Amino acid sequence: MHPAPSVIVFTVLSGLGFGFLAWLGIGQPAVTGWTAFFCFAIAYALAVGGLVASTFHLGNPQRALKAFSQWRSSWLSREAWLSVSALLVMGLYAFAAVFFDRLLVPLGVLGAVLSVATIYATSMIYAQLATVPRWNHWLTPLHMVTLALAGGAVLAAQSMAALVLLVVAGGVQLLYWVLGDRRFAERGHTTETATGLGDRGKVRLFEPPHTGTNYLLKEMVYVVGRKHAQKLRAIAFLLNCLLPIVIIALLPAGVFSAGLAVLAYLAGTFASRWLFFAEAEHVVGLYYSQR
Amino acid sequence: MTSLPDQTEKKLGLVIDLDTCVGCHACVTACKGWNTENYGVALSDNDAYGSDPVGTFLNRVHAFEVQPSNGAAQTIHFPKSCLHCDDAPCVTVCPTGASYKRVEDGIVLVDEDACIGCGLCAWACPYGARELDQSAGVMKKCTLCVDRIYNENLPEEDRVPACVRTCPAGARHFGDFSDPESNVSRLTAERGGMDLMPEQGTRPVNKYLPPRVKDRLTADKSAPQLKPVADSPKGFLAWLDKTLEAL
Repeated sequence: MHPAPSVIVFTVLSGLGFGFLAWLGIGQPAVTGWTAFFCFAIAYALAVGGLVASTFHLGNPQRALKAFSQWRSSWLSREAWLSVSALLVMGLYAFAAVFFDRLLVPLGVLGAVLSVATIYATSMIYAQLATVPRWNHWLTPLHMVTLALAGGAVLAAQSMAALVLLVVAGGVQLLYWVLGDRRFAERGHTTETATGLGDRGKVRLFEPPHTGTNYLLKEMVYVVGRKHAQKLRAIAFLLNCLLPIVIIALLPAGVFSAGLAVLAYLAGTFASRWLFFAEAEHVVGLYYSQR
Repeated sequence: MTSLPDQTEKKLGLVIDLDTCVGCHACVTACKGWNTENYGVALSDNDAYGSDPVGTFLNRVHAFEVQPSNGAAQTIHFPKSCLHCDDAPCVTVCPTGASYKRVEDGIVLVDEDACIGCGLCAWACPYGARELDQSAGVMKKCTLCVDRIYNENLPEEDRVPACVRTCPAGARHFGDFSDPESNVSRLTAERGGMDLMPEQGTRPVNKYLPPRVKDRLTADKSAPQLKPVADSPKGFLAWLDKTLEAL
């Protein structure tokens, strides 16, 4: 799949933003006043910034409001509802915390649940697609939710929780990569099943339908740059898992170490998310003898 | 609503005969022509006369080579367009309701005024049947020429999809699969019409007829050669031969 920058920025930043909001919602840390103002400003900048970035890949973003209509069937529509609900509920919670020094616990817990649900809905947009076997698995939501919550814990300077979640998210990420490598073959999709001609012999593309490229190949048959996949995996794992663990474990807790750990986490997660798209093979490639 | 109907009144679709298709791409051209001038926005081309032309098509013809374990390889031309699936995954993923399957005839359509161009339906389609138009930013797909098949301003023989009307080989057939006596149902039953990528669980309406088994020459290749019957010419030819020799 084509690793569009807008979608990578969207999933990484809004994932981190909603992950952070989830921690703030359950009062970890229980911030009020100016501290709360800065915490919520960062969380909202990330979450809203990501959502705004996601509209950049739309062909007709002026109609984006229509995306709220199909929540019964569409994960993308559910994500729209959940993200707006999470932002509104956490907005009220933040208002009380910043201006009245009051922590409205039930509201915060509701906001935290909605924030996690938003990350889950985002991940299900990808996990629901049977056409992309690597994504079409329960590991995809687990991977995105654990990574977002780990990042949120790092940003929230919850050292113990961050260490545990980074280990979990790192493990899930490795599992996602290793098991994902086999899934296309496991599902049994081949050029033979795609054409229905497998009973008479080995099928290969003789002539493509056009001499140039097309939307399908650009969008769904992205094969460039996968040759560095193993190196990028190592870099991603080092930056979004190992390095934050080392920083949090060794440096004294505080704004500086949290900031440093978050920067490492972000760099690693951008690499990981680039791979998430670039390595995902769509079955339509079988009609082009490419994956 | 992008929920799929439980059942459709008719099941309109195509039968594509892989035995007959000669790969001339006439259906591709007819489709592009009709659908650029009619339903919805035009099918745009970008850099059409430049070095890197790219454009939107609703129907494309691939050519595959099938190599049996013994014997000669066979080339099979393979037209591919929307299969108007009963369990169309492209419909349920749509966040705006732009993508829908019609209850009356089962045609999968896009309401272009509601499409935000997110591209998710194209991701959900295993067959590459949907293309986001790069000029208009909306999703384009086969409409089964919904503006021809019911169009009473057209002569009756033209009330079929443009690809079917134009096919010079008779490799494309249009009809109602819900009627077991229709042309398409009978063709599917008689010729073993098949689904593409059935393991995706999309239950396509369009069916593909597999190529018939080709004749194999079994006779001895070294057939006895005929002996020359005239070593020396006779009659007029003998006279001509002699006369020419004498010159």
